Amino acid sequence: MAKILVSLSVNGDPHELYLDTRRTLLDVLRDELGLLGTHRGCDAGDCGACTVHVDGLPMTSCLLLAADYHGAQITTVEGVLDDGKPNSLQQALVEKGGIQCGFCTPGFVMNGLALLSEKPRPTEAETRAWLSGNLCRCTGYVKIVDAVMTAARQSP
Amino acid sequence: MTTTAIGQRIPKLDAPDKATGRATYGHDVRLPGMMHGAILYSRHPHARVAQIDTSRAAQLRGVTCVLTAADNPSTKFGYGKDNTPFKSENVRSLRDEIAGVVAIDADTAEEALRLIKVEYEELTAIFSPEQALAEGAPLIHPEHGSNHFNSYNYSHGDIVAGEAESEVVVEASFDLPYVTHACMETSVIVAQFDHHDKLTMWSTTQIPFLLQRDLSEALGIPGSHIRIIQTAIGGAFGRELDIYPYHPIAALMARKAGKPVRLAFSRHEEFIAGPVRQPCSVSVRAGARADGQLTFRDVRAQLDIGAYVSWGVVTPLVMMETSASLYSVPHVRFRADNIYTNNPVTGAMRGYGNPQSTFFIETVMDQLAEQLDMDQADFRARNANQPNTETPQGLIITSCGLRECIEAVAVRADSFALSVNEGGYPASAGVPHDGGGSRPELKRGIGFACTLNVGGGARIYRSDGCGATVKVDDFGHVSLITGSTEIGQGSETVLAQIVATVLGVDVNDVRVLNSDTDVKPWDVGVHASRTTFIAGNAAHIAAMQARSQLFDTAAGMLEAAPEALEALGGEIIDTESGKTVSLAKVVRARHFREGGEVVLGEGWYDPPTKLVDKDTYKGNISAAYGFGAQMAEVEVDTETGKVNVLRLACANDVGLAINPMAVEGQIEGGAQMGLGYALTEELLVEEGRVLNPDFLDYRLFTSADMPRIETIIVETDDPQGPFGAKGVGEMGGTPTAAAIANAIYDAVGVRLTELPMTPERVLAALDKRTIPDDNFPYQ
Repeated sequence: MAKILVSLSVNGDPHELYLDTRRTLLDVLRDELGLLGTHRGCDAGDCGACTVHVDGLPMTSCLLLAADYHGAQITTVEGVLDDGKPNSLQQALVEKGGIQCGFCTPGFVMNGLALLSEKPRPTEAETRAWLSGNLCRCTGYVKIVDAVMTAARQSP
Repeated sequence: MTTTAIGQRIPKLDAPDKATGRATYGHDVRLPGMMHGAILYSRHPHARVAQIDTSRAAQLRGVTCVLTAADNPSTKFGYGKDNTPFKSENVRSLRDEIAGVVAIDADTAEEALRLIKVEYEELTAIFSPEQALAEGAPLIHPEHGSNHFNSYNYSHGDIVAGEAESEVVVEASFDLPYVTHACMETSVIVAQFDHHDKLTMWSTTQIPFLLQRDLSEALGIPGSHIRIIQTAIGGAFGRELDIYPYHPIAALMARKAGKPVRLAFSRHEEFIAGPVRQPCSVSVRAGARADGQLTFRDVRAQLDIGAYVSWGVVTPLVMMETSASLYSVPHVRFRADNIYTNNPVTGAMRGYGNPQSTFFIETVMDQLAEQLDMDQADFRARNANQPNTETPQGLIITSCGLRECIEAVAVRADSFALSVNEGGYPASAGVPHDGGGSRPELKRGIGFACTLNVGGGARIYRSDGCGATVKVDDFGHVSLITGSTEIGQGSETVLAQIVATVLGVDVNDVRVLNSDTDVKPWDVGVHASRTTFIAGNAAHIAAMQARSQLFDTAAGMLEAAPEALEALGGEIIDTESGKTVSLAKVVRARHFREGGEVVLGEGWYDPPTKLVDKDTYKGNISAAYGFGAQMAEVEVDTETGKVNVLRLACANDVGLAINPMAVEGQIEGGAQMGLGYALTEELLVEEGRVLNPDFLDYRLFTSADMPRIETIIVETDDPQGPFGAKGVGEMGGTPTAAAIANAIYDAVGVRLTELPMTPERVLAALDKRTIPDDNFPYQ
């Protein structure tokens, strides 16, 4: 198993990592960097629980080989706080009841933020379509969609 | 002035940590020196294991140890005492555990599994209950003497007399599929032994105290040497309601390795080796009088339980309850048989038999109403259970809002023409109900179904109890230590609301401790929609006791009579003089004196119910019953067979909603599962093998697939529930499949009796329809 040196910026922190080339970005975030907020739900890109931002785009980190992202800027759920507090989407998920077991939540936060950055005022249909790559087994999505729409309304 | 937290939409106390990635789930447990375990499963559904050679695996660099059946304790475990950690001699399903490896990392463990050589001698395998019961069929557990595990036989009244009184009689047969919990977090355990040979297990179990007992049996060590620590749980839905082989295997691995071991399932493993809902085939006959009064029901069900018995074999008890007691039916006969096969091992899943039985009972109700030419909602309301009655089965129904639930969804059905094209719900061509317009192949219909569910615990174990302790500290902070378990449903928050209300503090001043068997008092487990009712009553008792201790001391401090005191806003108030003193000050006054005392209330609540009679299955299993009704509006594409659910209205009698937002969450999430059961979810099993072990092929409803869901909370103020509340955890998805099937019938005139109602099945049913399309009366 070959190892190579990889530089990653994760939540603004520079990391120089000597990585097995088979390691996914998800493996590295969880097992090398201890960023356990990014969750492994399926390891196949089907559930969206491991969604992070890679150079600003939402991606399922279980499908990315970390070594391919030398020099990339990675943002995880730990890196999106607003002045140390839950951001408006995280706060809306809390207040609207969009969180039950919460295992899928970090993925919805990251994909939801990507939506709001792409389309600050999404329609409900656009929100539902955008989030359809993130599975949730607890909420029926009703309150998650409500939270995203609420956060969109609250943003300036 | 009121500061009650009851009835408030209070966000879950654990939500901020979950939103920011700070909650610690089972997969996040990291211990110093932790090793990684992996399990080798059988290659054949039924075989004799002739030989296992683990030598090459054991020699692989990074492997700590390899385990096989030689490492098993001598005892068997499980509900049927038919299971062992690793299998010796015979394997009986493709999930049978043959060997395990502990290694320095998960990759090495997996590599080592591939180096284990197993020689099998294949045996004739059984893949259906019919094969299992055939003359001369090989026995899956020869010591049991038969592939028939057990039966549930129930009756009240007289079926023959019931049929004689009937104006109409209908019959139907149903086939229900394998489905699975699909928790977003896969199964995971971390196990560690200390130097006193005591086991600590980090687990996502729903039954920490029963697991202690079960593990003690499976491992042959005292229960007192087993400590279960529950992590944040990434979904459960019944998956964790039992001991499964991977529990003792994790412990055996940790003991043999002499190090903490983590055993985590991949998603593939979760699909092939996790418990699943029993498939079953059912035949039902039922009748009604000309005036709409139900006369009789005769139900016969056969369940494929797979190769080992779990608590899932008790699900016929719930099917029986729906069959015997949903609506008033004077004559009922019910029989269910649990059959061993070499198919996947089944277990408990949300609803515990009820989604199955509600599907067949409510489909038959629809047929009866149609035969009688009665309105579907009126027919159901006419036969609805009533408050303060006892069913012939012995269910004592106190609060009951079934009729109100039916009326609530019927009103929504009347606003049928509501535009459904907004909001990103499934695309509708916007055609009128009569199927006219530009897309005549699209037909719309509406359907109803109701549900009866235990709402005040369910005594399926000797105790249905839960313990609680409430401590108030010298800062006025409150700790609730409860036996119950948070699995995402929000029980921590609901219990905190109860305690906060009794002690007059803010919900955020209550911390709920509920994760460690060495700390928390006993509880039978989180199941049967029981936590709000049972753990809620226990917490209420403990909080009342703590309050009376506070009042005793405060009475002296305020020179007031204890009866005149109230707890509000973190203070104790003398309602006569208006004088106040803070909780913190009262606690300090109790602590910091000679002969001081702590403020510590304790509560134990075990509902006034009984185990059903072991022969007749009669008896009041729950202290309260929840009711619900759903109305589904669907659009069927008669060219493709695709069913779009446009709207789902869900009304539930929850007694009182302590937290309406949490109640809605249970109903909406339950509906997602019910929609999947109805339309998309099926584990395809062929010759014992799961063919679709991933989320691409096992289809959960996504945000884009969901219909508009309207939840209606009906409150009936249960006399025994905490503040009048009853359970709601399972009702959301129970009637959904039936409501959708009935709506499909309304739309296109075909009865689907097989789930899920895929486009293929709908098309096949449409093809069998003999009436020409143009003349069909239900367009």
